[in-house]
Amino acid sequence: MNPIHLFCGHYGSGKTEVAIDDAIRLRRDYNRVIIVDLDIVNPYFRTVDAREKLTALGIEVLSSEFAGSNVDIPSLPPDILKVFCDPDAAVVFDVGGDDDGAIALGQYFPYFKEHPYAMYLVANVYRPLTGTADELMEMLTRIQAVSRLQFTGLINNANLAQLTTAQHVLHGQTVLRGVTEKTGLPVSYTCVDESIADTLPAEITGEIRPIHRHLKLQF
Amino acid sequence: MAEKVLMKGNEALAEAAIQVGCRHFFGYPITPQTEISAYLAKRMPKVGGVFLQAESEVAASNMVYGAAGAGARVMTSSSSPGISLKAEALSYIAGADLPCVVVNIMRAGPGLGGIQPAQGDYFQATKGHGHGDYQIIVLAPSSVQEIIDHTGLAFDLADEYRMPVMLLGDGMLGQMMEPVEFEQKDMAALPEKPWATTGTQGKRKHNVINSLYIQPDQLEKIVLARKEKYDRITEKEVRHEEYRCEDAEYIITGYGSTARIAKNAVDELRDKGLKVGLIRPITLWPFPAGAYEKYADKVKAFLTVEMSTGQMIEDVRLAVNGKAPVHFFGRTGGFVPYPDEIEAAMEKIAGGVQ
Repeated sequence: MNPIHLFCGHYGSGKTEVAIDDAIRLRRDYNRVIIVDLDIVNPYFRTVDAREKLTALGIEVLSSEFAGSNVDIPSLPPDILKVFCDPDAAVVFDVGGDDDGAIALGQYFPYFKEHPYAMYLVANVYRPLTGTADELMEMLTRIQAVSRLQFTGLINNANLAQLTTAQHVLHGQTVLRGVTEKTGLPVSYTCVDESIADTLPAEITGEIRPIHRHLKLQF
Repeated sequence: MAEKVLMKGNEALAEAAIQVGCRHFFGYPITPQTEISAYLAKRMPKVGGVFLQAESEVAASNMVYGAAGAGARVMTSSSSPGISLKAEALSYIAGADLPCVVVNIMRAGPGLGGIQPAQGDYFQATKGHGHGDYQIIVLAPSSVQEIIDHTGLAFDLADEYRMPVMLLGDGMLGQMMEPVEFEQKDMAALPEKPWATTGTQGKRKHNVINSLYIQPDQLEKIVLARKEKYDRITEKEVRHEEYRCEDAEYIITGYGSTARIAKNAVDELRDKGLKVGLIRPITLWPFPAGAYEKYADKVKAFLTVEMSTGQMIEDVRLAVNGKAPVHFFGRTGGFVPYPDEIEAAMEKIAGGVQ
């Protein structure tokens, strides 16, 4: 069956950039890639803002028809359901922040019973309310409760925007190891801005994904 | 929290309020400021504070009136249409000389307008909201760190002058994320409020919180005394930033997010050889008229940039007083001007790049 990757986490943890990056990587191996903007929480800085770039790369973007517009209607298009019966397309879900955002995912629970998925907790330990293993556990538990799905991995996305150094990434790894000890969930990979990817020390283990930011402001 | 964290403007504002001793928040959700309410709903119970989502903006702002009268450090927040609803209580709070902080994270208008960023509430913030002869201090931060610093300043100014202070941002500032840090404040230094209705314990006369005066001469006396206070504020509390103005032939001016975008345009234009500077009002009331007077004789023209069809430009023109032309460039409807658009507007005024 086609792979489905779900990206959840605290709002502002970098889910959208991580999801866009994953979609672009999947495009290397799959003829068809669909990214679903499931965010019903955040009014600005959304996957759909990168629609033009993604479409040019051959990635289909599914989102609320009101996303990025001047109305605040958290509706989702019915054609999202097609991703569960499309064996050729790799699918990325960019889920809205916190458990509030993950509520939108819960409605697809019956379809996921039949379909394998990878569900990642994107974690930036420099965001308030998700700075410690205990806080991340609380977030993880609440998202699992409302989505009725189980996480399969953690993503270390520790960053302070343009001020990020290798030390920050390392600290993120240390905190996430605490979550691994409690849950058994592995750190699936580490995301860093492409500008500092070469500066990471050997202590950062596992796959490292250099991220090119697509939603960066000009000012 | 001495180390840096990555925060949205809205949540940074909410955390800053808690750190400077705000323990009462009354609000009603509206995009694009809802994260302020959402953050305080989670945090207030943990610090022994009150978070209350009222049945409407009208109710919330009257709860602010009550809490302010009892001497609490109290805040409410909303976005444009919600501020219109809060306006009545603002007039009462100003009329009772009470301190409070009101946040407006502006969105596009008029009416329901839209949820994208705008600066169409300048007139409302500096000259409008409720009825009557009063002013409030209006602060216009232009970065997430400045939102934090201004939140503390807003509470301090409100307490010092016993009046509402507004933090005026826009959706862009509320939603954008930047690395920030919180300076530890000494909470023991919060001012005494001997006028507050905290119970007499049989030891003093009753304090009365009120804006109704039966005798016209009494009301006039109070309004004139308040005017003297406003004059003192206009003298002492004006804040602005100047950027590359010393040798400037043209000056761009804007506040909030627009100013940070215009700063990029100033640098680009300087690289192209055009001598351009920036004046950024930080207090919108009192307006930093002196900053413009200083350069009015020296520059060829001013360019006001706003996310509106032109509101602050009226204060700029009053300050420049006819000594130089004042041009305008603006976007509205929820669009944020981009640096290259501002550059093009400036180059057109300068007659092309020399």
